[in-house]
Amino acid sequence: MKAAVLVFPGSNREGDVAQAIELVTGRRPTMVWHGDGDFEKVDLIVVPGGFSYGDYLRCGAMAAQSPVMAEVKKRAAQGVPVLGICNGFQIVTEAGLLPGTLMRNSHLKFVCADVHLKVETSQSLFTNRYQAGQVIKVPVAHAEGNYFADADTMKRLEDRGQIAFRYCSPEGAVDGSGNPNGSSSNIAGVFNETKTVLGLMPHPENAVEPMFGGTDGKGLFEGMVEALS
Amino acid sequence: MTIAQEKNPPVKLPNEPTITPQIVAEHGLAPDEYERLLKIMGRTPTMVELGIFSAMWSEHCSYKSSKVWLKKLPTSAPWVIQGPGENAGVIDIGDSQAAIFKMESHNHPSYIEPYQGAATGVGGILRDVFTMGARPVANLNALRFGDPSHPKTRHLVSGVVAGIGGYGNCMGIPTVGGETNFHAAYNGNILVNAMTVGIAPTDKIFYAAAAGLGNPMVYVGSKTGRDGIHGATMSSTEFNEDSESKRPTVQVGDPFVEKLLLEACLELMATDAIVAIQDMGAAGLTSSSFEMAAKGGLGLEMALDKVPMRETGMNPYELMLSESQERMLIVLKPGREDEARKIFEKWELDFAVIGHLTDTERMVLSWHGEIVGNIPIPPLVTEAPMYERPWTLTPLPPVLDTAKVPAPQDYKASLLALMGCPDLASKAWIWHQYDHLIMGNTAIRPQDGDAALVRVPQTTKASSHKGLAMTSDCTPRYVQAHPETGGRQAVAEAWRNITATGAQPLAVTDNMNFGNPQKPEIMGQFAGAIMGMAEACKMLDFPVVSGNVSLYNETEGRPILPTPTIGAVGVIDDISKAVGSRLRTAGQALVLIGATQGWLGQSLYLRELYSREEGAPPPVDLAVERRNGDFVRGEIVGGRVAACHDLSDGGLLVALAEMCLAGGTGATMKLPADAGAPHGYLYGEDQGRYLIATDDGNALVAAAAAAGVPATVLGYSGGDSLVVEGLLALPIAELRAVHEAWLPAYMNSAA
Repeated sequence: MKAAVLVFPGSNREGDVAQAIELVTGRRPTMVWHGDGDFEKVDLIVVPGGFSYGDYLRCGAMAAQSPVMAEVKKRAAQGVPVLGICNGFQIVTEAGLLPGTLMRNSHLKFVCADVHLKVETSQSLFTNRYQAGQVIKVPVAHAEGNYFADADTMKRLEDRGQIAFRYCSPEGAVDGSGNPNGSSSNIAGVFNETKTVLGLMPHPENAVEPMFGGTDGKGLFEGMVEALS
Repeated sequence: MTIAQEKNPPVKLPNEPTITPQIVAEHGLAPDEYERLLKIMGRTPTMVELGIFSAMWSEHCSYKSSKVWLKKLPTSAPWVIQGPGENAGVIDIGDSQAAIFKMESHNHPSYIEPYQGAATGVGGILRDVFTMGARPVANLNALRFGDPSHPKTRHLVSGVVAGIGGYGNCMGIPTVGGETNFHAAYNGNILVNAMTVGIAPTDKIFYAAAAGLGNPMVYVGSKTGRDGIHGATMSSTEFNEDSESKRPTVQVGDPFVEKLLLEACLELMATDAIVAIQDMGAAGLTSSSFEMAAKGGLGLEMALDKVPMRETGMNPYELMLSESQERMLIVLKPGREDEARKIFEKWELDFAVIGHLTDTERMVLSWHGEIVGNIPIPPLVTEAPMYERPWTLTPLPPVLDTAKVPAPQDYKASLLALMGCPDLASKAWIWHQYDHLIMGNTAIRPQDGDAALVRVPQTTKASSHKGLAMTSDCTPRYVQAHPETGGRQAVAEAWRNITATGAQPLAVTDNMNFGNPQKPEIMGQFAGAIMGMAEACKMLDFPVVSGNVSLYNETEGRPILPTPTIGAVGVIDDISKAVGSRLRTAGQALVLIGATQGWLGQSLYLRELYSREEGAPPPVDLAVERRNGDFVRGEIVGGRVAACHDLSDGGLLVALAEMCLAGGTGATMKLPADAGAPHGYLYGEDQGRYLIATDDGNALVAAAAAAGVPATVLGYSGGDSLVVEGLLALPIAELRAVHEAWLPAYMNSAA
């Protein structure tokens, strides 16, 4: 699997995701600078976490307008898989690749903590290593992860199985107890209609080694390798 | 080289006021200090010159009250690459890698404007570390707030925590550890001490000393605005009722720009274009330019009109004294300007050649072609005022007899009271607002061990990874009671906390927070703390490699508790051998290492349950400390320890409760026959002790006996409760509820 990781001014988890990809594939992904409108052909594009352009405007709004995102949109339309994590989720949402928006956390504070996620489906190139209904533990680290979409969109997401992950309790109960940011329907990650674009707030890249946060996030990268190699 | 003579006096700018005694006083210069200035200058200074002397001779920049004492601290060891005097300390951690670290205070600004004060404190210490070529890998912070019931405390906690998180999270540096305490003595002066640790190759460390006649002096980073003018002078006086009006002296931070500056500087450092580099911290362009020139024994000509400006109508005085953030000064090799400019333009940062090095040993400042300032550099530095202020040592208070301290009527209630008190209650509300996981190297998270532990990126093909352990410690009530003991204890506890992870403690950064040094009893606290620290650092091979002094932490005559915060770093060669304090498995033996006398003087038990702050603090026997610690570390690295926690605030029972909470497993212990008074044994704060969980308690006790270390099996892990036979049985869930309730409830309570 050949991957590209985008780098915007203010990106800061690009190294973490590159490290996770290298751990699983044995191959360092290409780092692509935001000003580059064109980059080599890859099997996967990753939009990493951070504070692109300082997030002084609405999170991800500036990055969504950068030259490299125009190229990403073009390739996504051709079916190239795109993974947006945290700020990357905000960016791909702002770019219109995914529905909905990420609002400020309901408690108005930044939150960094392990959370539990319920895998909603194993039928995607991102989640094929997990079982539907499986509970995994990965961390979040954000101030704007409160997913919101209007009622019609929410219904469509549910009907078409576009919800990838939901926050849950350690036992798998999808209720308020496991929701770190007030997200609608406990949504932690969503797909586009073709399930070739995934955006999620949690950081599976920080859960790939036993001593450093556990290994529950590794399946996501292994699954992609399996689907894309 | 000799200092060149001044040819013509500088021009006076339009609207420049005439220097009067009142203007001199407003600049914080004492009359005799102004006399000294006149002798150096040989004439009346211009305003910009006066401003420069004022900043450079402020307590904050000159260390004029503390220098004679700081010299008493040990600063060298075979692994020390750079001791105090540079932007940060540098130690060798093996494999051609260095750890670069420092702790610095931002106390006064954080009280006046908590969000920006704390944020720029983090920004400043990060710059100190990456200026030297290191990529920062971890942040820590030590916070002291006033009484929770004081009307400002909640506002300050909220602002400071948000500011630290806002800056560190955006920079992408994990905030992995620290401490937070509350005491009424900090009501008018909170303490915000921030520490950064970075990693660099040992052959790529950058220093501040300028070199090379004619080499260009380059300004990079943010533009200069009018923020923070006189910040250094403000931090060098006591607060009074007008201090709130000093808000404009607080700087405003932009972590996004600092992130760009970090990446741009590291990119430039990867080339060989840099001769010297210095960040602009306190006293901005003034202190950075003078330090670089003075360290290199050179002169400097700067055209201040070339400085990138954020506002119109700025003048030389403002440009030299602004403390605008996210700026650096760099001496480049000749002809490398274009290469460097390209890097900073890529990162969308300002880049301007503002001057060049000369052989005059003078700082010559020009403004649109006319000279507005001309100062001989060496005397400004070497003839800076230095005071050996009168000092009176605090006498050792009488030792408190344990028999005179009442035992609790209900042990369960007493433990819950301690575990839910502001100093011991869970600080999860704070550290969940800090990204402590970014970079993917955090092995021991906050609350899971005595020190934070971060993996060091590998440079060799070794099968194991090194880990850096780091902590910050001080027990101000001990220092208040007896500064020498308190200084000794702060160093010993930091050493112990590193040891409890299995890492070898290597070096210290000290952040000395005290009141008004012009009072002999305050100067005596400073002197006493230094004596104790020096002794401990020497005995434990734990040199001081960097530090910071913050004096005048007083409001209307009321000083803070003397707080010499000790930041420390240690290394473990194989991170997989490190342990935390989590009790995770049932059936493990709980072994107490070290001797227990039941010392209740200055204990948290005494303060929290009986509102008494009295007696002598627990003595620190450094030889015992070392013997016990070396033994514990050897057992951890040898793989014979499952969890380890040092005993500090609250003593044995609090330590055991913390281990149960961290790992989610209960424990049952029994008092030994020779325990003496149970409340002394359970809550005494005797030093040099650890609580260990191990699969084979008898083997550990035997090994300890062979090493001459006291060790006792107290009980076993397991179950859902914390049980002390005959005294208490407390469900872990109940303990957790109390421990985790206080801070969120306090922060969410109505004003």
